[in-house]
Amino acid sequence: MGIFDIIGPVMVGPSSSHTAGAVRIGAFARKLLGEEPASAVLGLHGSFAATGEGHGTPLALLAGLLGMDPDDEGIPAAREIALERGLDFRFEDVDLGDVHPNSVRLQLASGGTELTVSASSVGGGRIRVFDIDGFQVDLDGVYPTVLLAYPDRAGAVAMVTTILSNAGMNIATLKAHRTSRGGQALMAVELDHTPTAGVLNALRHLPHMDQVRFVPRLGFGG
Amino acid sequence: MTHAQGTLASYRAEAEERGVALSRVFLDGEARQSGKRPEVLEALMLDRMNVMRQAVARGLAKPQHSRSGLIRGDAARMDRWIEGGGSLLGPAFSRLVAAALSVAEVNACMGRIVASPTAGACGVLPAALFRVAEEKGCGDEALVRAFFTAGGIGLVIEKLASLSGAEGGCQAEVGSASAMAAGALVELMGGTPVQVDHAVAFALANVMGLICDPVKGLVEVPCVKRNAMGAVNAAACAEMALAGMESVFAADAVIETMGKVGRRIPEEYRETARGGLAVLPLSGCESCGQGNFCS
Repeated sequence: MGIFDIIGPVMVGPSSSHTAGAVRIGAFARKLLGEEPASAVLGLHGSFAATGEGHGTPLALLAGLLGMDPDDEGIPAAREIALERGLDFRFEDVDLGDVHPNSVRLQLASGGTELTVSASSVGGGRIRVFDIDGFQVDLDGVYPTVLLAYPDRAGAVAMVTTILSNAGMNIATLKAHRTSRGGQALMAVELDHTPTAGVLNALRHLPHMDQVRFVPRLGFGG
Repeated sequence: MTHAQGTLASYRAEAEERGVALSRVFLDGEARQSGKRPEVLEALMLDRMNVMRQAVARGLAKPQHSRSGLIRGDAARMDRWIEGGGSLLGPAFSRLVAAALSVAEVNACMGRIVASPTAGACGVLPAALFRVAEEKGCGDEALVRAFFTAGGIGLVIEKLASLSGAEGGCQAEVGSASAMAAGALVELMGGTPVQVDHAVAFALANVMGLICDPVKGLVEVPCVKRNAMGAVNAAACAEMALAGMESVFAADAVIETMGKVGRRIPEEYRETARGGLAVLPLSGCESCGQGNFCS
C-alpha cells in the first residue's frame, strides 16, 4: 500500500469494486483468451447481480473484454461498442456458491477456442481469479502470468522452470493443479518480468504441452 | 499513546526532527518504498490532480444524470445559484460545496475520477484543496505537497482503522477523506505538523459513527451530498487548527477509535443498503420524470 493507492487509482466511476475491478476481470479474461472474444456469456453473482446495473458493472465487464482500461471514458458506451464489433453477449444471474459477493463467471468463445474464467472483485479495484476452465487457481493480475495446460506427468514443472531459469526469469509464485493423478493439469506461473516471445515459444514446444497462455500485468489507468 | 511505526505521531516526530513539513516525510517514504525519484512521484501526483480538475469542471459545466435517476445535475444547479449571487456565505464557500458535488456526481455517472481514498468519497479532496488554494493564491507546487500530506494521512488511517464503508461506515470513507483534506489544508496554509494532527482529530471526531446507507446500493444518495459535507468539515477543521485550537485527543487515538466504532456499527449500516436512508421510501417520484427512479 502506497500513497498512490490512497490518491488513486484513476478510474471511471462509480465504484472501485463494481466498476474498476469489473473492467480488470474482463481485461484478464480477454488477455487469457488471447484475442477479442466472438461470444460471451457473463454470469453475475451476489452483489454484482443485485446492484451491478446501477454501478455499470455489465458495461465495465464488457469494456474489459473489449480491451479497455479502468480509466477509459469509453466504458459507459461499452454495450454499443460491443454490438458494433459484433460481440455476441448475454448476461445472466448465477449462484457461484460460497464465493466473494462481487463475483462473475465469464464463458468466452473465439474461433475454435473456448474459455471459462471465474473471478471476484475484492476491493479497491483489486481482483482474484479463482477458476480457469474448472481448475482452481489464485491469481490477481498483478504479475505477468503464464498458464500451461498439459497431461499430468513427472518432470513437467522441472522442464518449465528450467526454461525460465535459463532465460533469467524469476518466478514469484508457481502452482500446479490437476483433475486427477495422471489426468489433465494446469500450471500457473507468476513472474517478476514479462517473458520474451522466445521464452513463450520454448514453453509451447515442450513435449506434451497442450496449450500455453500468457496474461501480461494488468494496467490500472493514469 | 503509541509512537509505533505508521502512526501520525511517528511521521510527525520525523518531520520535527528533520525540520521539514509532513509532506516531505511522506514523499521520501514513498520514494524509498517505490524506488522512484521524488520528482517522478511529484509529476505523477500532478497528473492525478489534473484528472480531479477535469472532474470538478465537468459536473459544473453540464448537468450529470445517473442511470438510476437519483442524480439529476445538482452541481450545475448549485453553480447557477452562485452565479446568480445566491451564495449564503460568499462564493468561495459555495464553490467548495459545488466542486465536491460535481466530482461525486461525475463519479456516480461513470465519469473519470481519482478514487481518494475511495470512489464514493472522491469529491472531498479536490473540492477542499483546489478551492482553498484558489482563494489563497497557492500554486501547483504547494498543492502537490498538500496531496502527499493527504495521502500520507490516508495511509495512517488505513493502517490504524479502515478506509472502507463496508468495514467502518461512511465515517471511514467521507470521514477519512475529510480528515485527509483537513490535515492537507493546514500544511497548505503553512501550519505546523502538530496543527495537522489537531485538524485530523477534529475532522474525524466530527463524523464519529457516521453510517454507510447507500440507496439502492449505489454511491449516489446520500453519498454525493456527504461529499459536500466532508469538504466543508475539512475547511472548518483546518481553520480551527490554524487559529490555534487544540484537540484534547491525539489524531492517532481518534483514528483508532473510529476503527473501533466502525466495527461496532451494525452490519445493516455498513454499505449493505439494509438500513438507514437506504430503506426509506423515495418521495417526489411523480414529478421527477426519470423513468426508473422508483423501480
